[in-house]
Amino acid sequence: MITTDILIIGAGPTGLFTVFEAGLLKLRCHLIDALPQVGGQCSEIYPKKPIYDIPAYPEILAGDLTDKLMEQIKQFEPGFTLGERAEIIEKQDDDTFFVTTNKGTKHHAKIVAIAGGLGSFEPRKPPIPNIANFEDKGVEYIIRDPEFYRNKKVVISGGGDSALDWAIFLTDVASSVTLIHRRNEFRGALDSVDKVQELKDAGKIRMITPAEVKEIIGTDKVTGVAIIQKGEAPFTIETDHFIPLFGLSPKLGPIANWGLEIEKNAIKVNNALDYQTNIPGIYAIGDVNTYPGKLKLILCGFHEATLMCQSVYQRINPGKKYVLKYTTVSGVDGFDGTRKEAEKAVVKSID
Amino acid sequence: MAQDVTIFITDRKGVTHEVQAPVDMNMNVMEVIRAFELAEEGTIGVCGGMAMCASCQCYVLNDVPLPEKGDDEEAMLSEAFYVKSNSRLGCQIPITEELEGLELELAPEN
Repeated sequence: MITTDILIIGAGPTGLFTVFEAGLLKLRCHLIDALPQVGGQCSEIYPKKPIYDIPAYPEILAGDLTDKLMEQIKQFEPGFTLGERAEIIEKQDDDTFFVTTNKGTKHHAKIVAIAGGLGSFEPRKPPIPNIANFEDKGVEYIIRDPEFYRNKKVVISGGGDSALDWAIFLTDVASSVTLIHRRNEFRGALDSVDKVQELKDAGKIRMITPAEVKEIIGTDKVTGVAIIQKGEAPFTIETDHFIPLFGLSPKLGPIANWGLEIEKNAIKVNNALDYQTNIPGIYAIGDVNTYPGKLKLILCGFHEATLMCQSVYQRINPGKKYVLKYTTVSGVDGFDGTRKEAEKAVVKSID
Repeated sequence: MAQDVTIFITDRKGVTHEVQAPVDMNMNVMEVIRAFELAEEGTIGVCGGMAMCASCQCYVLNDVPLPEKGDDEEAMLSEAFYVKSNSRLGCQIPITEELEGLELELAPEN
């Protein structure tokens, strides 16, 4: 059981910055994210793209913003449950919450802050009519353990980085690797494309382009795929696994069933006060929430996180008096024992 | 003051809407669809307009001339689902006076 003050669902920029504001108030945070890495959309969709509206950064790459947030919060020792999706929430009699992930990891928190962006990223599944019958029976949308494919025949479909990178990686593991893409051009890092070319020339990757998998073949598990290639008669190839890698798309997912008020795929919150939802103790901040005048901007998420933390403090410490302190004046005391503070001015007479 | 252009957009339920799209707001087709709420929030423009998600895929139904596809759009469409020969990404089509009378149909959600 993981125990914390604020359980943050979503490790995007808003969720990460929450750790800082909470830390200033001596509140500890733990974050859950369905993706295997932190940063949310900034890491998953556009790490190499610039953002121009982060105050004081005329330009910053989304990936760099994530790195800087991690640096900014590290002294507050956030915990992470990554690669798992928050699935079930149970409010206890003492107003605390149990949150369990799809892999069964249990968390216990005084407060739940949903900073889930557009939702959890789920693999995009190609519209092949019988594909659902073969999920986990030879069809996998995510490669969890490459060893699973040791000495197996593998067909990968897709034209982006993950299709290229896994095709390269699996040549050393699988007995055969076939890469199928709808056209001859691939969108990936230049050295990945070159490497695939090299492996193709060496006969280690079979390329079928421009082509598409139209049907899965097998009875109780995958034994082959039917392919349509431009200018060729339809044909089938034998395989043990079919791995469609078409990227991820966000879905609100299980949060939609937590009893929260939802409007336009977002969670309604009280923006006049503290971004709390209709369930006391559950807050929603960043792109996942909605209120009159809402703007889905990272900088608005930061603001919402900051106001929320004040409300959380009052909820956890009822009646306690609190006065806002400036970090410049009071410094930053980490849970790890570090202290950041302004340099003292030198007081010295001049003769 | 620039004139609005008239665009016909068929939503994912099959209903056709006639919309007046402003040419002076630096908007694209995806943004017009969002502004007029012709698709549910969260199901369109997911990547914000970077040609990286295909959630704004449209089928072009008439022969109003459109700007050529860029490399990003070609690459994304080659990975999207339900792609037809007349598929375009709405986020890559800026609203200009040349779009007058354009007819589009939103592709199913990917």
